[in-house]
Amino acid sequence: MPGQKIRVLIAKPGLDGHDRGAKVVARALRDSGMEVIYSGLRQTPEQIVQAALQEDVDAVGLSILSGAHMTLFSRVVGLLKENQAEDILVFGGGIIPDDDIPKLKEIGVDRIFQPNAHTSDIIDFLKETVHEERH
Amino acid sequence: MDGTDTDKDQTVYTPEHLSQLDYQRDLGDPGEFPYTRGVYPNMYRGKLWTMRQFSGYGSAEETNHRCKFLLEQGQTGLSIAFDLPTLMGIDSDDPLSEGEVGKCGVAIDSLEDMEILFEGIRLDQVTTSMTVNAPAAILLAMYVAVADKQGADRAKIRGTAQNDILKEFIAQKEWIYPPQPSMRLVVDSIEFCTKHLPAYNSISISGYHIREAGSTALQELAFTLRDGIEYVEACLEAGMDVDDFAPRLSFFFDSHNNFFEEIAKFRAARRLWAHVMRDRFGAKKEQSWMCRFHTHTSGYSLTAQQPANNVVRTTLQALAAVLGGTNSLHTSSRDEALALPTEEAAQIALRTQQILAHESGVPDTADPLGGSYFVETLTSQLEEGAWEYFDKIDAMGGMIKAIEKGFPQKEIQEASYRHQKAVERKEEIVVGVNEYLSDDTPLRIKTLHISPALREHQVQRLQTLREQRNHQAVKQTLSELKGAAQSDQNLMPFLIHCVKEYATLGEICDTLKEIFGAYQEPDF
Repeated sequence: MPGQKIRVLIAKPGLDGHDRGAKVVARALRDSGMEVIYSGLRQTPEQIVQAALQEDVDAVGLSILSGAHMTLFSRVVGLLKENQAEDILVFGGGIIPDDDIPKLKEIGVDRIFQPNAHTSDIIDFLKETVHEERH
Repeated sequence: MDGTDTDKDQTVYTPEHLSQLDYQRDLGDPGEFPYTRGVYPNMYRGKLWTMRQFSGYGSAEETNHRCKFLLEQGQTGLSIAFDLPTLMGIDSDDPLSEGEVGKCGVAIDSLEDMEILFEGIRLDQVTTSMTVNAPAAILLAMYVAVADKQGADRAKIRGTAQNDILKEFIAQKEWIYPPQPSMRLVVDSIEFCTKHLPAYNSISISGYHIREAGSTALQELAFTLRDGIEYVEACLEAGMDVDDFAPRLSFFFDSHNNFFEEIAKFRAARRLWAHVMRDRFGAKKEQSWMCRFHTHTSGYSLTAQQPANNVVRTTLQALAAVLGGTNSLHTSSRDEALALPTEEAAQIALRTQQILAHESGVPDTADPLGGSYFVETLTSQLEEGAWEYFDKIDAMGGMIKAIEKGFPQKEIQEASYRHQKAVERKEEIVVGVNEYLSDDTPLRIKTLHISPALREHQVQRLQTLREQRNHQAVKQTLSELKGAAQSDQNLMPFLIHCVKEYATLGEICDTLKEIFGAYQEPDF
């Protein structure tokens, strides 16, 4: 399906309202030609996965700054598996300490972008990875 | 150079730039209207700024220990951070709290937690800043209840509740109720403080979160003071006299990277507020005209890369705040881009303030930059820009209307996107991030981990409380609160009754939600 637009859900799980990063990323992905759905604040993992399935996205980007990432990211990944949707990429960003990154990869989060990551890194990652998966 | 609004082309400023400036009208001596040069005649010679480090994490017991440690280190005021379930009015045993309990601050479910938090700390002898907004009135009720139990004189209770819901709708986005009932809770708590806690700052009208969400310095200044105007109008509508409550309104600003622009922002804030209070609202007391504020150095400006550099950034921002005449100051810890600060990092941050206070000589002179061609020009430019924003927001029908339209939110989103793009194009340099990268192994920072057992412990305590309290009294006080919410009575006495019977924060918030409804952010 090359040529088809990449569809991404940018979601904010957890209770924090810090949406600066999520909105900057959503806008940058949109500007690069992707179709972006922004979930709004305080979505439960169930709501996020449901939206991902309904919108038939290629990737879900999770933004969280509260420290609840281990709990909530693994719930999202788990629910995607339960729904046979492991092919949806999961990436994340926010305040995530180095030590947690390998653990998140282990549970199936494809990539973590830490503070000060470039939006172009995220765009490149999605273009490369979604492209590979489609072949 | 985040969010710079001022003219970058100008290299040299001369007396010509100040040709319109009138000393008495625009500056005045420190301690005199319009307070551009500071709210006190002798500024820091009389009293240093309050060194107030934000803290609070994990359980009430742990935060109690951290507070006692900071008091022993010479800190002069406490500042409490609450966890997200507390800030959202949700109990620790609610499913929505999973993964969040104790993460960004201390978990408070009931008065019992508050009693543990302040165990051994006399509330008539410390000042406490509580960073809480949507449920601020309830946390304030708990604070009053603890003070009452300690036998403290309510007139001696000092401190601040942030209690600024408008900037939540604009920037930080931790809300519970829609704007109108949210404003009522703010007005009720201001009225209660005015009558019963005369030494307490009933609100801290905050620009910090607006700035951290990506605004420019001008937007921070303008939206914050326009929020202040909205609160004053709401209190007047409730029948209060401006000079009764205005002296206890306080402000809270960010100190960011652009050194002179920040200094000018602080000076412009005082001048603007003095005019707003005297000319727009006809306040007569000098204390009503004064913009007193706390400053927090910018958390956003800190980088995960080469984190030791953050100590330097924070020092410059703290210096700007002091040169700008701040009344109290929090300095960020170098590891804040990574996690909650460790004890060592928090200590360096406090030491930074102590070095400024006792070694640099900076506090010896009030407003040492007053009269600088450049600083005065910047101050006037920011002031003018803020008046323009006020006009725009007034024309929309006020700040609540502007928020409903998404106006400040969109302005901030636009500014934050512009900044991000400028950094990515290297039009703005962030040392260690997009330039001057280091090949050295990055400094490993020990991050603070909150044990997952904490939630279990907190839930256990909460469930024991639910079993042991007087059920009838809890039911009764909650039902009275509900009745009061349907009338126009001040809710504070009802909230104090509820918390004294150990009704939980979640129960109280849910009771009010039945009457007030829940807020949903519109799409924009």
